[in-house]
Amino acid sequence: MKSPVTFTLNGSESAVFVDSGANLLDVLRRGCGDLSPKYGCGQGSCGACTVLIDGEPHVSCLVLAETVAGRSVETTGGLASGPDLHPLQRAFIDGFAAQCGYCTPGMLMAAKALLDRNPSPTRSEVEEAISGNLCRCTGYEPIIDAILEAAKQRGAA
Amino acid sequence: MLEVETYPTVGEAANAMDDQARFLGGGTLIMNRVNYGDRRFNRIVRTTDASLSEIRAEGDRLEVGAGVTMASIMASRDLEFLSSAARAVGGPAIRNMASVGGNLMAPHPYGDMAVALLALDAVVRMVRGEELSLEDFLARRNGVVRSLLIRRPQGDEFRFRKVSRVKPKGVSVMSMAAHLTRSAGRLSGVRIAYGAMAPTPVRVRAVENALEGVSLDHAGIAAALSAATEGLDPPDDPIASGWYRREVAPVHLRRLLLGEDAR
Ligand SMILES: Cc1cc2nc3c(=O)[nH]c(=O)nc-3n(C[C@H](O)[C@H](O)[C@H](O)COP(=O)(O)OP(=O)(O)OC[C@H]3O[C@@H](n4cnc5c(N)ncnc54)[C@H](O)[C@@H]3O)c2cc1C
Ligand code: FES
Ligand code: FES
Repeated sequence: MKSPVTFTLNGSESAVFVDSGANLLDVLRRGCGDLSPKYGCGQGSCGACTVLIDGEPHVSCLVLAETVAGRSVETTGGLASGPDLHPLQRAFIDGFAAQCGYCTPGMLMAAKALLDRNPSPTRSEVEEAISGNLCRCTGYEPIIDAILEAAKQRGAA
Repeated sequence: MLEVETYPTVGEAANAMDDQARFLGGGTLIMNRVNYGDRRFNRIVRTTDASLSEIRAEGDRLEVGAGVTMASIMASRDLEFLSSAARAVGGPAIRNMASVGGNLMAPHPYGDMAVALLALDAVVRMVRGEELSLEDFLARRNGVVRSLLIRRPQGDEFRFRKVSRVKPKGVSVMSMAAHLTRSAGRLSGVRIAYGAMAPTPVRVRAVENALEGVSLDHAGIAAALSAATEGLDPPDDPIASGWYRREVAPVHLRRLLLGEDAR
């Protein structure tokens, strides 16, 4: 059975029919065509599917799609404004914080939630914020550095 | 086919339950099962009842709704004593979703918050108003939970510790909680609970008994450390063997009781 769900996706109203029991990740990718959140494990362990719901990070593979009705969902797909990348995206590129890039959308959203709440985090606060996100390529250090760099850039702007 | 049913009140949701249904908390365990095609249930029952997410004072106790998340506990000043246990559950995204009610039902090796609540002698209030000790609830684990009633511990008498191989996030090798109540300078009526040491979080009566009337120092707790795993048969799993859990339990119990740092 399909039921209609209406929510805000990256600032725009979005209305989709969801299969009963579908998770938000599937609905974003297949229903809304936003391929930025990635499927890694489907069990909450990898963080590749991390999106923000009402500003807070959630693993979208474990969110029952119906539960986002009326709420605001943000994905990496909505980070840039036009051609201007978000400071986090810029810092990830400049700092070689993405290799294969599969974990990157999840890392970016976890980092955005942190910086929105805490514009000048310590290194250990950054580590904590991305502790639910696995990266098999970078060894994490470039990612942590990039997030700290983005915080610095934003502070300077 | 899986069906999802949404009810405005938790009472109506509870009425809709049967053994083919699962009541949805934050969904971190249920959705995992759904994603992997679990056929043991064909209905998800949920409610939009906001009262399930409330934290409020009730006399000298705090009532914590079953839908309150680990993140909300960490953000609550009234529940500061539970923040170390809340922080022990998964990473930040999981903590925004994982509910207290779901934690009571979580299978081994999960249930870190339940361990803390067990040491604090929390009372479980069911949707239909029945109240029972958390220990009794864990023994039967059925029905829909409305809230938990928790008495605030005094000073530093409550301790929680999670042992895991990966930090800051990692599944429990074991978790331990102690409510170290005293009378005339000596321990009295102490409650100790472990997680990941039995099929559900458990109270450890052998340790509690060995701590009765002793002072909280190396000599005082020696007998309790010897009894650390008495009556327990810790499970083997990919995180640790039962043998390992048994071997290291006394060390972690000592650190918990004496407030020593692990590193
Ligand atoms: C990556 C990952 C890491 C995790 N790490 C930890 C960890 O470190 N420590 C830990 O303890 N857990 C951990 N968990 C397990 C889980 O997230 C928590 O135990 C959480 O508290 C479960 O709550 P939930 O609301 O998400 O449960 P749900 O998935 O919604 O439900 C779980 C079970 O509880 C039942 N239930 C939910 N609410 C109620 C209620 N009000 N009354 C009766 N039954 C109810 C459901 O029917 C279901 O059977 C982890 C999970 C994941 C995916
Ligand atoms: S796909 Fe959601 S956490 Fe891995
Ligand atoms: S860049 Fe490949 S997983 Fe992180």
